[in-house]
Amino acid sequence: MSECKPEELLAATLAAQIPDVRHIAVGAASPIPAAAALLHQARSKERVHVTILHSRRYNSFTDGGRELFDAAAQGRIDVFFLGGVQIDGEANINLVGLGEYPDLTQRFPGSFGSPYMAFVVPNVILFREEHSPRTLVKEVDFVSAPGWSPEGVWRRGGPKALVTGLAVMAFDATRRCFRLSSVHPGRTAAEVRAATGFEFDMPDCVPTTTVPDAATLGLLRGSIAAKLREFYPDFAARVFPVPA
Amino acid sequence: MSSFSPISLDDLVAQVPDGALLAVPADYSGAPMAATRALIRRGAKNLRLVTVPQSTLQADLLIGAGCVAEVETAAVTLGEFGIAPCFTRAALAKTIKVIDATCPAIHAGLQAAEKDVPFLPIRGILGSDLVKHRTDWKTVDNPMGGGGDPILLIPAIKPDVALFHAPMADLEGNVWIGRRRELATIAHAAKTTLVTVERLHDGSFFDDERLAAGALPAFYIQGVAVAERGAAPVGLFGEYEPDIDHLRAYAKEARTEDGFAAYLAREAGTAKAAA
Repeated sequence: MSECKPEELLAATLAAQIPDVRHIAVGAASPIPAAAALLHQARSKERVHVTILHSRRYNSFTDGGRELFDAAAQGRIDVFFLGGVQIDGEANINLVGLGEYPDLTQRFPGSFGSPYMAFVVPNVILFREEHSPRTLVKEVDFVSAPGWSPEGVWRRGGPKALVTGLAVMAFDATRRCFRLSSVHPGRTAAEVRAATGFEFDMPDCVPTTTVPDAATLGLLRGSIAAKLREFYPDFAARVFPVPA
Repeated sequence: MSSFSPISLDDLVAQVPDGALLAVPADYSGAPMAATRALIRRGAKNLRLVTVPQSTLQADLLIGAGCVAEVETAAVTLGEFGIAPCFTRAALAKTIKVIDATCPAIHAGLQAAEKDVPFLPIRGILGSDLVKHRTDWKTVDNPMGGGGDPILLIPAIKPDVALFHAPMADLEGNVWIGRRRELATIAHAAKTTLVTVERLHDGSFFDDERLAAGALPAFYIQGVAVAERGAAPVGLFGEYEPDIDHLRAYAKEARTEDGFAAYLAREAGTAKAAA
């Protein structure tokens, strides 16, 4: 088995954040979370539904764009992944822009469904490959989705973890604070500290993120790569090239 | 009684008045790209777009061509091909007003219009900066609860026109949308619904229950035009895939205003991009 690629490590690491659940949904333009959801499904002893919004075949909604949100509101979706152009130390995410809204200096696409999914889905996993003071900031310029809510505001779930290209952090909504869970192989806690714009809790001893074993890599490169080829052809060709 | 007959693409888009509140679907449910190019050739002005709930090339072309005054959207982006260049330029230069929303709020606003009620309540969103800036959204205490349960009300979104592309219409003017039910929602919510289709189906969808299940009845629809490959270069569900090379090239070419004008002249047949 050849060496593990960064995308494979991230997919396996995201999959490790998924608890025992019935239904995982993956939003648009998210090939690594899609691989993670399919990996969790392949390894689960229980029946797990995976909905990939980017796909036609693995998206079984039949009642229009609202169905995802209505199903999520009812608690029928247990896990969702969110990114953020900026993510801050209280797990707020910004998908709108930089500067003082509406006088922005940089404009991003928009909030998508994040302000809603962050409330109704029990386990939200934040994912951003770039781990830098530019992306992980002290305070986001615009709160697309808040990471926590004051008492009295109905909220079923929210961000539980943050996975980046450097590390894994767990989020504690009560203390509104991240804690470093592990650093990826070859990285150090000091490096993570320097690349992070917000304060976070650091355990005395920081473990290294588990590298996917041969069986996991076999699944990723086999049945999961085959599925990804259908709806993320570019990503699959790059990460899981078919041997000539 | 007079029977249904399809009209020309130009006659179809002539029914989109300047200044209209225009609802358009996301790429997965039939972006009306041929109609968009016809709107641009006509020189449509001051459109108020509502993307249901997001858009890519369609919104970017209309904005770049100067057809749009404002856009209510959950996101405008070219997805894996990067930012939507015209949207980004216009938003920063404030030549359009961006009314930032979120997907479920747009769906809820349209559902309120379907029922002809003034608003629908939805969960979540409280504490997002969207709520601060969307003064038309109201937070109230749940009137059915025991107090202390704030909930967000989204006002009805009533488009003047819904415009989308679908696989087929039948000889009675019913349109087949398959499982893309958000197309039914925007048609129910809009005062006028205009549709381009790949082809005409010989007969009625209501003669076959399997087709009837995916049909949008003709009484919601004010105009149908046949436009083969009418969603291209965006794909159409069950019919054809997006033209990846075209979209990738657009993302690059439209990075400059000159590049965008050249694209528009070539692809939409405008002599020069609208000022």
